[in-house]
Amino acid sequence: MARTAGRQLGSRTAVYTVVGLFGLFASFPFLWAIVTMFKADPDLYTAGSNPFLYNKPPTLEHIRLLFQQTPYLTFVRNTVMIGVLVVLITLAFSLPAAYALARLTGHWGGRLGIAIFLVYLVPPTLLFIPLSRMVASMRLQDSIWSLVLVYPTFTIPLSTWLLSGFFKSIPRDIEEQAQVDGYSRLQAVTRTVLPLIVPGILTVVVFAFTLSMHEFIYALAFVASSDHMTISVGVPTNLVRGDVFFWQSLMASAVIVAVPVALAYNFFLDRFVQGFTMGAVKG
Amino acid sequence: MTAANTGQTVAGEIEGRPRRYLLDREGLLGPLLLLPAVVYLLALVGFPLVMAILYSFTDITTGNPVLHFVGLDTFRDVLRDTVFRRSLRNTVVLTIVSQLLVVVLSTVLAFALRVDFRGKWFARFLILLPWTTPIAIGTIAWLWMLDSLFSPIDWVLGQVGLIQQGGHMYWLGKRDLAMASVIAVQAWRMLPLATVILLAGMSSIPQEIKEAAEIDGASFWRRLFHIELPLLLPITGVAVLFGLVFTFTDMTVVYVLTGGGPQNSTQVLASWAFYKGINGGSLGQGAAIAVFMFPVLAGFAALILRLANRAEVS
Amino acid sequence: MAVVETRVLRKTFGDNAAVDGIDLRTEEGEYLVLLGPSGCGKTTLLRMIAGLERPTDGEVLIGDRVVNDLPPRARRIAMVFQSYALYPHKTVRANIAFPLVARGVDKDEQDKKIRWAAALLGIEHLLGQRPRQLSGGERQRVALARALVREPQVFLLDEPLSNLDAKLRALAREELKEFQRRVGTTTIYVTHDQVEAMGLGDRIAVLEKGRVQQIGTPWDIYHHPANTFVATFVGSPPMNLFERDQSLVGFRPEHLLPEEVVAEGDGRVPFKLHVERVEYLGSDRYVYGTIPELSSDKRVISRLPFTVTNPVDEDAVARFAVAESNLRFFDQQSGERSEPQPLKGLGA
Repeated sequence: MARTAGRQLGSRTAVYTVVGLFGLFASFPFLWAIVTMFKADPDLYTAGSNPFLYNKPPTLEHIRLLFQQTPYLTFVRNTVMIGVLVVLITLAFSLPAAYALARLTGHWGGRLGIAIFLVYLVPPTLLFIPLSRMVASMRLQDSIWSLVLVYPTFTIPLSTWLLSGFFKSIPRDIEEQAQVDGYSRLQAVTRTVLPLIVPGILTVVVFAFTLSMHEFIYALAFVASSDHMTISVGVPTNLVRGDVFFWQSLMASAVIVAVPVALAYNFFLDRFVQGFTMGAVKG
Repeated sequence: MTAANTGQTVAGEIEGRPRRYLLDREGLLGPLLLLPAVVYLLALVGFPLVMAILYSFTDITTGNPVLHFVGLDTFRDVLRDTVFRRSLRNTVVLTIVSQLLVVVLSTVLAFALRVDFRGKWFARFLILLPWTTPIAIGTIAWLWMLDSLFSPIDWVLGQVGLIQQGGHMYWLGKRDLAMASVIAVQAWRMLPLATVILLAGMSSIPQEIKEAAEIDGASFWRRLFHIELPLLLPITGVAVLFGLVFTFTDMTVVYVLTGGGPQNSTQVLASWAFYKGINGGSLGQGAAIAVFMFPVLAGFAALILRLANRAEVS
Repeated sequence: MAVVETRVLRKTFGDNAAVDGIDLRTEEGEYLVLLGPSGCGKTTLLRMIAGLERPTDGEVLIGDRVVNDLPPRARRIAMVFQSYALYPHKTVRANIAFPLVARGVDKDEQDKKIRWAAALLGIEHLLGQRPRQLSGGERQRVALARALVREPQVFLLDEPLSNLDAKLRALAREELKEFQRRVGTTTIYVTHDQVEAMGLGDRIAVLEKGRVQQIGTPWDIYHHPANTFVATFVGSPPMNLFERDQSLVGFRPEHLLPEEVVAEGDGRVPFKLHVERVEYLGSDRYVYGTIPELSSDKRVISRLPFTVTNPVDEDAVARFAVAESNLRFFDQQSGERSEPQPLKGLGA
């Protein structure tokens, strides 16, 4: 009895240690960023002083600088605008496609679903060169519209896959009943099925928004002026002045972005996994 | 009771005009609903893909945007470049080493996370951070952490005595260390995704199988290696392939962390293609470099398909 | 009130013909049961009548009108699914109102109808609840109320009792029959349970492999099965079947009785029954054994009601008999019913 308890205790400790170490490894850059954010210049830029302590009192100066003297807010505004538009476009394209895949296709539906999903794996680093020319020829270069146009190429495949999984989890009976009760197929779906997959739609919204927020390559290739940059591109390229880095402000900009997104992900992760695996179930 | 007379005939009686019900026909509705997404993807993914391959057979530049076919000349120029050869090697090394690390570490982590413990939600939050942050932003955080002058890692190493106090490792300045740093960052950002996929796979192993093994007398380690890991193989395969694809084709980490340096020693195919194609304007060369990723990607895609067919997704 | 008719109706999925040429015509206001094992095509047939499945061939007529090209909402039918398909996010009231809203019925009229339907099914007290709070029986009644409000010309029911537990099923069966009698609408009811079919149907259509094997009243189906499939599918325990003189001979367990009980004048055919086991089930006794004269290894079942008190011993030979009028004959090749023949040389 004591031995199993001891083993239990030992394995508990092992779990805590492992998780603790990984947690530290995963979050250390951010912890360091959070510490740095509030450090006064003389404190930070003195070699040899303990970087983990506030040898001089912490200050909000750099955060103020970030918001008032850099285009950071412009970046945030652009990112949010693009994100919202991309989410809307994504839903408009992938909701019908997902429904079709979940309900209306026979065995070629499974293959088409996987094909659409594979599109997600085609890397932007392969497509960005011809796309940059296409964007230029449409006179969209250096504008956020180039990104709004191109970002759905990676949000639509993933969203379609996820949404088809959520559609499949609703029994067909419900929409058939609604059709018998007097609605057309489209009305039946919008009135009875869509309300039931709202959690799935929210999940897709979160993931599509964050995917568009994370994107770097197209944003770097298509947009040059800081007025139109997103956070992902603006922070590494534009918040760098000469070869002096405003490190504290830079770190602040990173933390401000990272934390809310991580919280949102955490809430929706389980649903994401559920929809992802459901997408693979036949029929 | 008689049927309500609302003045609307519609479905109150059987009105048999077939055309009104066109959209109800399943055979029509399916393709119709899929059309927008398919057309969009063909236009903005399929078409550029073909164009990318085409470009690599031309000498097109941003200055002279003409599709002038030159056969394999562009490829020859690209292959002659030492930087290209190095970037090819780097891409392979970086991908394999970082993903190997990810596989091992994520397995350990996933097993640890199966247990329910206090603060699990917070732990998960922390562990997910690398994946949920924009790649560029996370890399910036690392950039600061590995700074030549002010790295806290250097400080800690100095305190512990592994290097001289006040000394610098120049993580991003020395060739080998720079490569190691890039590998570390890639492993760091892919670890959460692999862990999540593994956890999902683990929870899909029916409890009865594990219990049957326990009744049969298998010890913890035997159960682990002979029952659980083999059952996890398909989904591990999927996770690994994802990691491989995303690492193999990524340019962001290199671009932001080292800029390809020192002296182009950490260039990978994707970043080199970017430098040549966008910064340098040689679209044809950029395309040719990127095209080298294609056969490997196609191979990965085929593998994923095979695994997806075999994996029992519950 | 309308008549449902199908003409040479066919539905194939790939190479498989789920429904293989069915001609059917209901009577006005009748309760027609589609009975058959799973995979026989009964649900596919129902769905084609509903308009949820498009026929590969043939026609569906409702009220003497071809409805092949009409979607479900235009056919003025109501359907109850096995799962009841109650809208989980709506209250009971909203569920019942749903078809009326689709028709654009005004609010007052809606209220009247909802109250009428709820009263008919005894669920007024449940109107404010949600489906997940209801029991199986209650859900069924809500589904029926929802079907009722539209005053359809046909009710289609797809195994609505199979989700209820056994005790509830008998009660629900009675309620359903009563309900249909009161409302008087033509009803087509799908089930695989032959007890249900016999209890509910005015007529039963027995289906197998996509075809109608026989259609008739429960009496016809039971006492004059058209082929061996119907003979063995309906009736529990199933009919005893034997090969004899190039044909198949059958008799139901309740017709295989101790010799003394079968009156001589009925043209009694004697059998020597080698009893293996006797099961005492309260109201009946089941006797299991073999009749070597008919078959060396095939099991025979006899059902003795409690009124027959003759003792029957296990591991003994008993003298049993069947009245000649209770013998059924079938063609050995096709399984179709055939002419009675005299059976010779038995029971000596």
